Amino acid sequence: MNNLGDIGTTEEQIELMDVATNFCRDKSPIDKVRALMEDDLGYDPDVWREIGELGWLAIAIPEAHDGVGLSMAEVVPIAEQMGRNLLSTPFGSTTIAAQALLAGGSGAQQAAWLPKIAAGTAATLALREDHGDWDLGHVASTGKETAGGIALSGKKQLVRWADSAELIIASVEVEGNVRFAMIERSELPDGALRREAIIDETARSYELTLDGVTVAVDALFDGNRARETIEKIELAAGLIHAAEMTGGSQAVIDYTLEYLKTRKQFDKIIGSYQALKHPTVDNYVEYEKARTHLYSAAHSWGEQGRGEVAVRMAAAQAHSSYSRAADRSIQFHGGFGFTHDCDAQLHRRKAIFDGALIGDAAYQRSKLAGLLFD
Amino acid sequence: MAEKPSAAELKEFGDAADAWFKENTVRDPGFMLPLTFMEVSTDQQFDFLRDWQRKVYEAGFLGASWPREYGGGGMHSEYQRVATRAMKKYDAPIMINAIGNGWAGPLILDLGSEEQKQTYIKGMLNAEDIWCQGFSEPEHGSDLGNAQLKAVKEGDEYVLNGSKIWTSLGDRAKYMILLARTDFEAENKYKGLSFFLNPMKIDGISTSRIKKLTGEYGFVQTFFTDARISADCLFGGEGNGWSMAMKTLEYERGAKVKPVGGYFVKELDVMQIVELAKNSMRNGKPLLDDPVMRDKMTQYMIDIQALNLNNTRRRMPQLMQDKPMGLPLMNKLARTELIRELTEFSLGFQGTKAGYYVGDENAVDDGYWHRSYLNSFSATIGGGTSEIQRNIVAEHALGLPKTR
Ligand SMILES: Cc1cc2nc3c(=O)[nH]c(=O)nc-3n(C[C@H](O)[C@H](O)[C@H](O)COP(=O)(O)OP(=O)(O)OC[C@H]3O[C@@H](n4cnc5c(N)ncnc54)[C@H](O)[C@@H]3O)c2cc1C
Repeated sequence: MNNLGDIGTTEEQIELMDVATNFCRDKSPIDKVRALMEDDLGYDPDVWREIGELGWLAIAIPEAHDGVGLSMAEVVPIAEQMGRNLLSTPFGSTTIAAQALLAGGSGAQQAAWLPKIAAGTAATLALREDHGDWDLGHVASTGKETAGGIALSGKKQLVRWADSAELIIASVEVEGNVRFAMIERSELPDGALRREAIIDETARSYELTLDGVTVAVDALFDGNRARETIEKIELAAGLIHAAEMTGGSQAVIDYTLEYLKTRKQFDKIIGSYQALKHPTVDNYVEYEKARTHLYSAAHSWGEQGRGEVAVRMAAAQAHSSYSRAADRSIQFHGGFGFTHDCDAQLHRRKAIFDGALIGDAAYQRSKLAGLLFD
Repeated sequence: MAEKPSAAELKEFGDAADAWFKENTVRDPGFMLPLTFMEVSTDQQFDFLRDWQRKVYEAGFLGASWPREYGGGGMHSEYQRVATRAMKKYDAPIMINAIGNGWAGPLILDLGSEEQKQTYIKGMLNAEDIWCQGFSEPEHGSDLGNAQLKAVKEGDEYVLNGSKIWTSLGDRAKYMILLARTDFEAENKYKGLSFFLNPMKIDGISTSRIKKLTGEYGFVQTFFTDARISADCLFGGEGNGWSMAMKTLEYERGAKVKPVGGYFVKELDVMQIVELAKNSMRNGKPLLDDPVMRDKMTQYMIDIQALNLNNTRRRMPQLMQDKPMGLPLMNKLARTELIRELTEFSLGFQGTKAGYYVGDENAVDDGYWHRSYLNSFSATIGGGTSEIQRNIVAEHALGLPKTR
């Protein structure tokens, strides 16, 4: 088995880790997170602008398109800190959309959009459908060639931050093949976007009705690179969400520890009871494993074979450790754990949502098994 | 200290080590070789391993970086690292004198007198003098600080009474590092303890072998009945036993004294488990086609890879900032529990064959997996149980209060 990756860091990664740690902590205190949950937009536009100004959306975009010319490896520490502080913005969806453009977009499409994204324009992907299958190649929405262009039809679900995105990249089936269509949100008919009620209240997501939307023929990605594009999206999304979930695990474990160190019952600090202490250690061990896998996945980014194994290991471990740590956090907070006020539920919900977006731990393992054993 | 070698010097030494281990390593002497120093059962095994350590030492591949004046090689620690790597490459047998080389030796080199260094170091390197550890007692294991074996000073001697248990290599050892109580009135349990370099082959000390769950022998109970030892055996001063015992743990990380080299415990080659799984059948189909086994095996691969990479990450402080003691303290817990789970899992691959044991020709891999599973508890219990490890991580990495 020589497709197992290694671990290592770049100077930029470490620098970004420091900057992102402070930025995300300062910009996303928990009362602000909770206030934004009630807000339509769902994020602070000033913070979003600052993220653009910091150049974080440009990190993994090549210099030729006004990017920084680094890779997803350097995006990881940022996404990790965002997850840790529940700093929800279109950052992840935009980054993944840019990776999709890099994998499947034509030179002209890249030149039109990547510099804008690098400068802070939000974009997103419309991939999911009513069948609920995580397989990105399973596409029921269609595109038909007409005199006026490609007429799209069908419904896309879980389109994150669609109301903020200027560009929506949707997967559709055209003449039997999966294709990616670039849709400008400004061209959407009224009512094409419906805000969905999703389990993660810190995020925003929309259902997109494609019927009535027509795009130009040159708004389709290169048909020969559809497979590659799907793979790139899976890996980029796997990595970003693994990072967010790993950061989230850290946060929810620290949040639990806080309570275990202060709450008293039977005249003792509850953290001295091994029934709480030992599972917390186990959850911590699982989190550290997730973090190790995350940095390994960042380090192996772009390596054929190893890259995918490492990302899927990171995603599987992050999802299982985040889910478990948040689940126990609810329990260990007692009655307070059952309330909306307790932050444990924010993390538990986010773990469910992230797993739904990219495929949960069991799904990641089923993909891994093929890479490891067959 | 010796100078850091050039790449060329290291390579030359590494090539020599490689050639030596290639030529001299015996992996199958015709009887089962212990995987850890705690599993040495028969005379045959003992004689073989002791002889093996002497040969490795004499060839210059053990203790290469310990001081020359006491029997070491006096070389830079990089040399020893290279030699150990060659040992691993040829899957060479373990070094048997674990307590001597891993615990007593570093302590003596760090804090011992000139005379103690002259007396003890060489004999532990060439395995002439086997060492054992007398910490645990029948009534006090995890609660080691409560050890009660009595050491009473009479003139220039101490008189020992009490018992130690689970003493690995206790019947073979010439010396024991011993934790005994010299003061029963001390202000707390720790302060009454003292540390001794105790001779084993004297009147008043006897051992009785204990049969392990595998059916083999490996450790003993040691009885002390008015055993008299010279007061010179006291190490570190009266009342400092606990801090000496804790110090021996620090050396494991190799911070103060250069590691002696080699290994006392063979790591399970986890990839062998994948091979075993691939060669096993379930309902007429390859075992790894079974979705449950497939999923579990994948999770274990994720765990194995994480722990392997943790070893690298541990050396990268930038990636450990949040809880710097976390990775080092969790390592024993995570690794030993994983090995236990994995070896147990491997029994499930074997179908009806899981019923066989070492010694039957029908046993899969001569019963290696059964033996590995049963022996895996040596590491989840010995050296501080997993439960105690969880307490340590909770209290020292996560800052949770002690259990009272
Ligand atoms: C193969 C092997 C080799 C050994 N070799 C040596 C040796 O050479 N020299 C030597 O001195 N010792 C040796 N030991 C002894 C070993 O260190 C002890 O067995 C170990 O520390 C546990 O002590 P105990 O056996 O008294 O169990 P106990 O301490 O009685 O533990 C019984 C159970 O209670 C749990 N427990 C105890 N305290 C707590 C607590 N505070 N919180 C939660 N759970 C707790 C334990 O985890 C365990 O599950 C060896 C042990 C083994 C298995």
